[in-house]
Amino acid sequence: MLSRDRRDPAALPRLLLALLAVALLWPGIRLAELDPTVLLKAENARTMGSFVAGFWPPAHDPEFLSLLIDATLQTLAIATAGMALALVLAIPASLLASSALSLSAASRAGRPGWLGQCLRWPARGLLIFLRSVPEIVWALLFVRAVGLGPTAGVLAIAITYAGMLGKVYAEIFESVDQRPAHALMQAGSGRLTALVYGILPNAAAELTSYTVYRWECAVRASVVMGFVGAGGLGQQIDLSMRMFAGAEVASMLLTFLVLVLLADQLSRLLRGRFT
Amino acid sequence: MTLRLSGIDLRHSNGTLALRGLELSIAQGERVAIIGPSGAGKTTLLNLLASALPPSAGQLEILGSSPWQLSSRQRQQLRRRIALIHQAPPLPPRQRVVTAVLAGKLGEWGLGKSLLNLLHPIDVPGARDVLGRLDLADKLFVRCQQLSGGQLQRVGIARALYQAPEVMLADEPVSAMDPRLADHTLALLCQHAIENGVTLVASLHAVELALAHFPRIIGVRDGQVHFDLNASDVSREHLDTLYANEQLSTPAITETPTTAPWTPRC
Repeated sequence: MLSRDRRDPAALPRLLLALLAVALLWPGIRLAELDPTVLLKAENARTMGSFVAGFWPPAHDPEFLSLLIDATLQTLAIATAGMALALVLAIPASLLASSALSLSAASRAGRPGWLGQCLRWPARGLLIFLRSVPEIVWALLFVRAVGLGPTAGVLAIAITYAGMLGKVYAEIFESVDQRPAHALMQAGSGRLTALVYGILPNAAAELTSYTVYRWECAVRASVVMGFVGAGGLGQQIDLSMRMFAGAEVASMLLTFLVLVLLADQLSRLLRGRFT
Repeated sequence: MTLRLSGIDLRHSNGTLALRGLELSIAQGERVAIIGPSGAGKTTLLNLLASALPPSAGQLEILGSSPWQLSSRQRQQLRRRIALIHQAPPLPPRQRVVTAVLAGKLGEWGLGKSLLNLLHPIDVPGARDVLGRLDLADKLFVRCQQLSGGQLQRVGIARALYQAPEVMLADEPVSAMDPRLADHTLALLCQHAIENGVTLVASLHAVELALAHFPRIIGVRDGQVHFDLNASDVSREHLDTLYANEQLSTPAITETPTTAPWTPRC
């Protein structure tokens, strides 16, 4: 066969994987009851249209604007405080969960010893538990514990995001070149110093970008939690929606756009510093 | 004896036997060059001597202790007294040269001082001094990614010199340098070893450099010591058998078949 010369041994596995992905997706679509044609029915389109029509022009009377600024600042404060608390938990947990700090890996071609791997599991398990419960559930829980207001939102973000940040930090530490850290550990340095000198310089850009992105997500999440009474822009949106004040909702969505845009620019700026 | 190996076998995790039945002892202050063909196990041997890889069998003694019978804390203390210069020094591209050099003392400094050093270099004159000896003083505050391969090798050597170890191991330390610079750098390493009573073991591809700078030459082939001689006793014949390679010498004998330039397939 002439084609034997050109055959790529990876072609068949790739094709099979693609078919498998489709086979798995199809029942998923059925289970999710996805049916885009619903959107096109005249009645539904009219309802949505009248709702969206109320959005223009966005509300901009001074009284509402001062309310909007207050709510925005509160949202930013919830997201930032939540992230700060999350970092306090996520950084130590990521160090415990990551095999990048393994002393035994340095002398075993990068494979950590089994004892260390076993000890890393509790840290991983904790991070899995923290992020497997959605932040809205934590928020509902804390609203009952500490009452309505931003505190519940801050705590909910701190707990869920500690789980996410810890997991991803641990994986970023493991994904960069391990040789500088291994060389340092083989010259007698401690684990943390090896991390700081050997891994952080390579991982800094990635870590910053992910942290800023998560902060952006925290801003959005704090809105969702506002719906259950955890303060900020979310609570305002909830109120305006109930009163069918589309113009106010539009103003608040525009504020969001600006916040996400700012987060994006900040991320770009910081990444530029680190690469 | 600073370094003593008896009956050492080393099997890599992928199953290849890199060192077999190695017997070797090196006294304090000796300067030894390890030569041998590619894949002979030179790098593995140096990693073993640096206590970076554990042997699969046999007795290993470094500076009077067996590193793999120590607790990991004691082993880290032992490792502070040994420096390994890598052929391609693993340095983070964004790290500054001054930080990379000062990192040689991390084992001694502990966490607090190391973090302080990251904020502001503690010992700029010390780093400038070792880099100056390698003709790199002007690169002190440059990032590692801006250096050439030969310059990076010299940064790696500067780090080892700054560490001030009792045993200095070098894996092809001058492979990316021009002949003049390679000669100068090896002379510097040897001079440092003589002045401070440091044991120096270097693997080299350039046989002339090994013979010119090192009093003792060890030829390694297939993970075994092929010869272990004074530099003056190494003869042409020794080198020929050390580097003999049937696979490379065959093409002259096997003529390309003249019958058909290509064979049609289906």
